[in-house]
Amino acid sequence: MNYSAYSIKDLRKGFKKKQFSSEQVVKDCINDIKDDKLNAFITICEDEAISKAKEADKKINEGIELPLLGVPISLKDIYLTKGIKTTAASKVLNNYIPQYSAPAVEKLEESGAIIIGKTNCDAWAHGSSGENSDFGPTENPYLEGYVPGGSSSGSAVSVAKNLCFASMGTDTGGSIRLPASFCNVVGLKPTYGRVSRYGVISMASSLDSIGHFTKNVEESALILSITAGNDPKDGTTLSEKVDDYESYLKKDIKELRVGMPKEYFSDGLDIRIKNLIEQKLRDLEKLGAKIEIISLPNTEHGTECYYIIQPAEVSSNLGRYDEIRYGNGRENFGDEAKRRIMLGTYVLSSGYYDAYYKKAMQVRTLVKKDFDEAFKKVDVIITPVSPTLPWKIGEKVNDPMAMYLSDVYTVNINMAGIPGLSVPAGFVDGLPVGLQILGPHFSEGKLFQVGQAVENL
Amino acid sequence: MKAVIGLEVHIELKTKSKMFCGCSADYFGQKPNTHTCPVCLGLPGALPVPNKKAIEWCSMLGMALNCDIPLFSKFDRKNYFYPDLAKGYQISQYDEPFCLKGSINLESGKTIGITRVHMEEDTGKLIHQAIDGQDVTLIDFNRSGVPLVEIVTEPDFDNAKDVVDYLKKLQQIARYLDISNADMEKGDMRLEPNISIRKAGEAGLPNYKVEVKNINSFKFVEKSINYEIDRQTKILNEDKTPIQETRGWDENKQKTVTQRVKEEASDYRYFPEPDIPPIRWTKSEIDKLRSTLPELPQEKISRFQKQYNLSLYDTTILTEDLTTSEYFETAATAGARKISPKQIANVMINKKINIDEILPAKLIEEVTISSKKINISEEELLEAVRKILKTNPKIAQDYKKGKDSVVQFAIGQVMYIMKKKIDTEILRKLIIEELK
Amino acid sequence: MKINIKHIAKLANLHISDEEGKKFEKQLSEILNYVNQLNSVDTKNVEITSQITDLENVTREDKTSPSLSQEEALSNTKSKHNGLFKVKKVL
Repeated sequence: MNYSAYSIKDLRKGFKKKQFSSEQVVKDCINDIKDDKLNAFITICEDEAISKAKEADKKINEGIELPLLGVPISLKDIYLTKGIKTTAASKVLNNYIPQYSAPAVEKLEESGAIIIGKTNCDAWAHGSSGENSDFGPTENPYLEGYVPGGSSSGSAVSVAKNLCFASMGTDTGGSIRLPASFCNVVGLKPTYGRVSRYGVISMASSLDSIGHFTKNVEESALILSITAGNDPKDGTTLSEKVDDYESYLKKDIKELRVGMPKEYFSDGLDIRIKNLIEQKLRDLEKLGAKIEIISLPNTEHGTECYYIIQPAEVSSNLGRYDEIRYGNGRENFGDEAKRRIMLGTYVLSSGYYDAYYKKAMQVRTLVKKDFDEAFKKVDVIITPVSPTLPWKIGEKVNDPMAMYLSDVYTVNINMAGIPGLSVPAGFVDGLPVGLQILGPHFSEGKLFQVGQAVENL
Repeated sequence: MKAVIGLEVHIELKTKSKMFCGCSADYFGQKPNTHTCPVCLGLPGALPVPNKKAIEWCSMLGMALNCDIPLFSKFDRKNYFYPDLAKGYQISQYDEPFCLKGSINLESGKTIGITRVHMEEDTGKLIHQAIDGQDVTLIDFNRSGVPLVEIVTEPDFDNAKDVVDYLKKLQQIARYLDISNADMEKGDMRLEPNISIRKAGEAGLPNYKVEVKNINSFKFVEKSINYEIDRQTKILNEDKTPIQETRGWDENKQKTVTQRVKEEASDYRYFPEPDIPPIRWTKSEIDKLRSTLPELPQEKISRFQKQYNLSLYDTTILTEDLTTSEYFETAATAGARKISPKQIANVMINKKINIDEILPAKLIEEVTISSKKINISEEELLEAVRKILKTNPKIAQDYKKGKDSVVQFAIGQVMYIMKKKIDTEILRKLIIEELK
Repeated sequence: MKINIKHIAKLANLHISDEEGKKFEKQLSEILNYVNQLNSVDTKNVEITSQITDLENVTREDKTSPSLSQEEALSNTKSKHNGLFKVKKVL
């Protein structure tokens, strides 16, 4: 059976009406994953998922209500799952069986979700295309031979191709928003510290955000209401109350002030993407939104300092992979991980720290200030997610610098720690284009409100 | 020529749980790798959350060492690779530690500057062993992540004796604060001296330094430092410069041996720990913490001298550890109006009584009875002793020849002329003192 | 931009072949040239941002919680002996 037309709500209604069982849905999804040629999954949790689905069916029959009861979801293979192999898409961990599960995963399971598999990604979440996986690249579901965006490539594809109903990803510099944009799905990067990072393999600790992919904005809000919240095991999670996200979905956008940062609509942007996003902005204006051109002057420098701070933290976070307690030797790191470890080690090394790392942390303050200033004038900011359309597999693999520059519209959001939502905006030449909605810290509700308006256009 | 010595001392705190996770910190003698969790085993995805008590204890130690407690401090990562270091970095403190710029006074009258006191975490334990004819290293991570305080001094020492005195004082303070057992043999307290020699006529720090490791008892501290001073002096006398290196104390050979020659300065690539938000005190929080400091050894010595009218010598012994000083005070209170604090001090110090076996009240009772037994002042007794010794000069002559049995004869003589119940132990002591 | 690849690789505990070294040197130089544009930003008197949450004083009480069993702790290692992790002899 094909569930592409089914939302999570529809699925749960179907369970209740006994149109199908969770077991049946899970089995169908697993068969689809097995038939799929896009290489979205590294591990299929077949036995575990089917047995969990049977339990879910029992609960459904008993009338138990849980927001994700019996719903199959996938996890980027960077979320630790107790007893289920977790690889970070790297040969270093190709046989690692975690001794514990990430609290975010536990929360989803407590809400009834069924983990159907672990998705492919750029190894250690390093990349913008999904090509850096030691398990082979994932392909774009819309055009053969094109990248799906990275690093959470398999997660985006798993939702776009209806292989499951939602997927957890991670976003350190755009790794959720970019693949969401390239695969025509909704991707949320929450406020830094909104969702626990514990048990999710760290890339760059001060930038990593734990988010997700869904088919629509409403489901994005649903998933966040489950994963968000303080976790005593992650000292950087915030204790602010978790908003009632779904309540924002029905609000209109009259009088909403929308900022359009000129730096995100300048020369480097593909004119076709520009036209598409600007059209959406005009449509929102018709609904009563007030569009305002704003400036985020340190945008370019933000990307520069991202490529100092991020590799520096990466070089330290990957220090634990020494083959002694688990995993394979450091010679198994791929080129991209080695490059980032070397770069990070260099910028932190004696004599260079002040010129690079310290300078970057200062510029980070300026980037954050740009957003603080902007949000005094506007409620949300709308930008494109990527300056280009998805590219051909292999096109940028030998040019790391070109690959890095595909993140120019996403990295500053991580630098500032604010939330960002990528929603589908249409197609150019058969390839999807995403629109990014940004707001101040903890404004996820507002992002869903605007995201819903865009989705309804 | 003069030795220039600076010390780095690590003290392991006796918190219940580890520094950044809930594993039990009580690892001594436990089965290997049974006190680990994702955090201290450095598993993927695990994150540290600091132990509040450990931070407070570190700050209290700094206060006891007269340090400034900055309102703002943070943790940093110290990156290096070693099999006992689970994460590839140690969480430590670099440029903004909990305590800065303190000092401590030594018996020699010297004041030693404390550069800093900071918080970090211990590493796992390495065991070197041959298995099936192969030399291997085994690792137990039970100790990994146990809270460790590092106390760094200025290079203010110039001899081993002062170093030992400093260490004893530091150990005593840690025990008074009840934050560590500070037992060198068990590894709760570890010492790394940096030793170099300044040539006569030269100013500033010498252009090399030798770090000595593996010192796990007070005895070895003195021996190893003196050995290094001799070794380096000889090299300098030959107009050469000692190599900058790490040496270890070899108790069997009674010398220090080369462990590692540093090819280049280590580069730890410190940066602010992104997983742990910084720590900020308010002034009132610091004041509140300071108010919880117990009476420290120096303060107790002054008070005992004043309150109980005791000598510096007596008070120093009575305050050596908390149990003894508390015992003394309990006894002094219990014995008030019956016997003097001085008498209690005398019994405790001279008779080396086992305070674990006899309750203070019981001690008072015994002392009271035995003093009644004497019922005679020491002066009176001494007068009788002198009289006997004078009338029997042979006693002194025989004693000098080594005939200890004459003491017993003298006791009998004194008892005879006094015709009173006398504590023979006290009498024996008096006689021997006189004979000397 | 001159980078001592051998030194950096040693600090990073990576074995980098000569050939790889050449490639990385070129790529890293390119990236560093790019990030060096930061030098044009005036950061005089600008505070650093090492964390973005503004959180402070996040600590835990000194309470113990269960540890992994020895078996769990050692479950992923390829080299162990009597409950201990085993590596080639180190100094």
